[in-house]
Amino acid sequence: MKKAHILVIAVIAVAIGIIMSAAGDASVYVSFNEAKERAADGNLTKVHVVGRLPRDGQENILGLEYNPVLDPNYFAFTLVDTNRVAQRVIYFNPKPQDFDKSEQVVITGAMRKDIFVADKILLKCPSKYVEKDIKGATASVN
Amino acid sequence: MLNTFIGDAGHLSVIVAFVAATVAAYSYFMAARNQPLGQADPAWLRLGRGAFLLHGVAVLSVIVCLFGIIHGHRYEYYYAWSHSSNHLPVYYMISCFWEGQEGSFLLWIFWHVVLGLAIMRWNKLWEAPVMAIFAGVQLFLTSMILGVVFGGAKIGSSPFILLRDFLVDLPVFKMNPDFVPTDGTGLNALLQNYWMVIHPPTLFLGFALTLVPFAFAIAGLWKGEYSKWVKPALRWSLWGGLVLGVGIMMGAYWAYETLNFGGYWNWDPVENAVYIPWLVLVAGIHALVLWQQRRTALRTGFVLVITTFLLILYATFLTRSGVLGNASVHSFTDLGLSGQLMIYLGAFVVLAIALLIYRWKSIPISEKELTTYNPELWVFVGATVLCLGAFQVFVTTSIPVYNAFLGFIGIKSNLALPADQIAHYTKIQLWMGVGIALLSGLAQLMWWQRNDKSTVSNALGTPTVLTLLGSALVILLLRYNGLEIEPTYIVLLTAALFGVLANISIISQLILRRVQLSGGAVAHLGIALMLLGVLGSAGYSNIISKNVSGLVYSKEFPEDLNRDNVLLWRNDATPMGEYDVSYTGQYLDVPGVPGYVNKDLLFRTADEYKALARAEIKRADKVYYKAGDTVEILPENTYYRVEYKKRETGESFTLYPRAQVNEEMGGLLASPDIKKFLDHDIYSHISSVPDPSKEKDWSEVKESQLALGDTIFLNDYFAVFRGVEPAKQTTGLGLAKGDLAIQADMLVFGEKKQYHVHPVFVVRNKMIGRVPDEIEDLGLRISLNSVDPTAGKFTFGVSTTQKDYIILKAVEKPFINLLWSGTLLMSLGFVMALRQRRRPDKPAPVVVPQLSRAAKAQPEPVA
Repeated sequence: MKKAHILVIAVIAVAIGIIMSAAGDASVYVSFNEAKERAADGNLTKVHVVGRLPRDGQENILGLEYNPVLDPNYFAFTLVDTNRVAQRVIYFNPKPQDFDKSEQVVITGAMRKDIFVADKILLKCPSKYVEKDIKGATASVN
Repeated sequence: MLNTFIGDAGHLSVIVAFVAATVAAYSYFMAARNQPLGQADPAWLRLGRGAFLLHGVAVLSVIVCLFGIIHGHRYEYYYAWSHSSNHLPVYYMISCFWEGQEGSFLLWIFWHVVLGLAIMRWNKLWEAPVMAIFAGVQLFLTSMILGVVFGGAKIGSSPFILLRDFLVDLPVFKMNPDFVPTDGTGLNALLQNYWMVIHPPTLFLGFALTLVPFAFAIAGLWKGEYSKWVKPALRWSLWGGLVLGVGIMMGAYWAYETLNFGGYWNWDPVENAVYIPWLVLVAGIHALVLWQQRRTALRTGFVLVITTFLLILYATFLTRSGVLGNASVHSFTDLGLSGQLMIYLGAFVVLAIALLIYRWKSIPISEKELTTYNPELWVFVGATVLCLGAFQVFVTTSIPVYNAFLGFIGIKSNLALPADQIAHYTKIQLWMGVGIALLSGLAQLMWWQRNDKSTVSNALGTPTVLTLLGSALVILLLRYNGLEIEPTYIVLLTAALFGVLANISIISQLILRRVQLSGGAVAHLGIALMLLGVLGSAGYSNIISKNVSGLVYSKEFPEDLNRDNVLLWRNDATPMGEYDVSYTGQYLDVPGVPGYVNKDLLFRTADEYKALARAEIKRADKVYYKAGDTVEILPENTYYRVEYKKRETGESFTLYPRAQVNEEMGGLLASPDIKKFLDHDIYSHISSVPDPSKEKDWSEVKESQLALGDTIFLNDYFAVFRGVEPAKQTTGLGLAKGDLAIQADMLVFGEKKQYHVHPVFVVRNKMIGRVPDEIEDLGLRISLNSVDPTAGKFTFGVSTTQKDYIILKAVEKPFINLLWSGTLLMSLGFVMALRQRRRPDKPAPVVVPQLSRAAKAQPEPVA
């Protein structure tokens, strides 16, 4: 067998290994119910959950718990997933400062007992990059 | 004043640029058609040149118009309004230019024009076919900013769109179509950094440079000249590798200095999208060198050079089509151009690959079978390792594309990027690093000599022994310092050390022979040092801001969680690692004054950008502002002064991590401050502060009546009431004649220093006004509530609030300087390689002359 052939076979083997590792490591977007089922089955791999924050009539977010004076690394909130299932989430980091304004929240983590422990929070603020309104525009028109 | 002229001129220039690129592409194509290389139909050639020059002029005119709009604060244009603002300095206006998608396309187009002109000037032989491809790419790129509607389909997005045409539904424009906002929404705060002035142009120059070897390769296939293109393409590829590599590292350095994810590389799809083509380009450079010097791996060279450019197009598609969606924090806005981008990508992929397959059998291959004693084999394996590394990042970064594709054909897919991206990428990239370090050392040692068993083991002997010794020493030192080392880290450490020592040994030999030849060894040495830097700074990154108070709020999951942030009360020292750390107040940047100025010294006015000095602002002996002077300030960023004091030695330093309250970006944007030592960095950033948009929670006012000279206890402090005087700081009160304003002078004794407090009491038309004064350091607010002149008694109201605090994260990054200095060495190596190949007529004296076999492999002189 020529060296070139050995090299080609080795490259194909590594490439397959790479694809397998990507498939194995890839996470999934799930609902909270599915996350609970996975945890019940003993599957502790981390998942992504997309959800919204529950708000009252005055647009205040319900159920935020962050008291930096007691523990700066403890932030708890409730997230409602796309199936409208609410779930308590704990994030062992300071509360992200733009949390209150976000419309959509993506968290990664896993269910532990009956609490979802998040290790990453990705916030989608609708106005982050596209401006939709001119500040004070109406005031300056005469 | 609505000025539509400049926008119309700009839009017209875009259209001219588009048409001229089309004409140039067609003319150059016709000029080169059915002609051997180096000859061209003169009439078509003249037309092509003229059209490309016109295209260049039109592109310049577009740039001038767009910059005129930004610089002239013409907020009737959407681009200026959404990317710029009145208070932006000129150098950041340049960054506004490429903050938006259209501007960054324009930058890319501009570099293609410059490179096209360079090819017309210096690569005459290849002009017609190469420029046909250049102009063809320009035709696609200018169409991205065309902004015309053709047959109901929107083609491109124009940067010259008026605000009123963009925000059609806004009521203002219904009432007054000529309405012009007085200020823009400003440049994204994170981009207000000097690296963002220079990083995007560098990166886009790198993008543009990948087109050159691609165009040469395609022209070579087209004209059936399979070998002559390599020499010019190699020089351009080296430029590309240099500029793109430097551009990527600039981005990494910007992220390290400005963002707060705690490092320089985050495996974000936007970063990966550039990293992948760079790896393939570097692999391609090796293939071209192999053909140029040793007449092998030409087909590989074709494949890699073509793939590099296609990957650049893929990167453009990834970052600009909106396909990344949730996966990236900083992709561009979706302009609805994904269809256009896909056509663009598809056209080039199909054409390039079809041409390559069509000509595949004609591309010469070398007959000789490589043995393990041929360095060519090891260079080739090294290039393969690079491509495999690129392949891994490609497969994973494309996960959102699989979802989009499956969704397109009707299959619902919920795949997400790996939850722990660092672990996922590290497990392959680490081995790529090991492979590169070992192979670069081995191939470099073998490249410069004739190889058989004894010479190879001779050359390898010293570096190998030194590597093993060095590696053992490092492991012992780590153990001695109580640090663990994983087996994979031992492998990487040993491989990188070997890369360093082998390349140093080559350089020391080449210095005696001809130092110009050592470019490759210097670049490889740089890479090996970078690997060591990554190993140290990422593998041994040490969070020193662990919560050591023992106070843990939640008991739910106590076992394995990191508590990486510490709360620092103002003026209280907190132990952190080997330091005592204290937060000592908020500062602002005042242009002209070195360092930062304490907020306590500044009395803010209604104009955000101006303040009054409460006391002298001086540095050493020089007084910059006297009390009462108006001070120009930059209000956006607050700098939090944090003092680090080493417990053992008493050495201390001060960091000013900054944070910006930014409503548009939603919240607080924190940037770190970094203390650089020779062998490590201390990196700290603010994680949280008391919400500045919320009113402070003040306690109920406690009143007390004092006479002059009385002392009063305020919580833990005491204060002396020293006197009453006419009020000094009366700006903002709008005092008129006949008004009375007095201020009390009270001296408060804090833990560390004394504070002068001046609550103001105003009487106007028998109405009473009070302006309380606040000591942020102590969380105290004092007001002068009433005055009883007959009894000589003054009533003060005192309320308290929670003391100011910050939540800080601090990380130690060992040996990160190896990464930056390795980057510099790698760049130097590229520059040396470019210098070495500067003279086209001089045959590169690469192979040792006494070798008969190598002499055969010497490149044929190429005209």
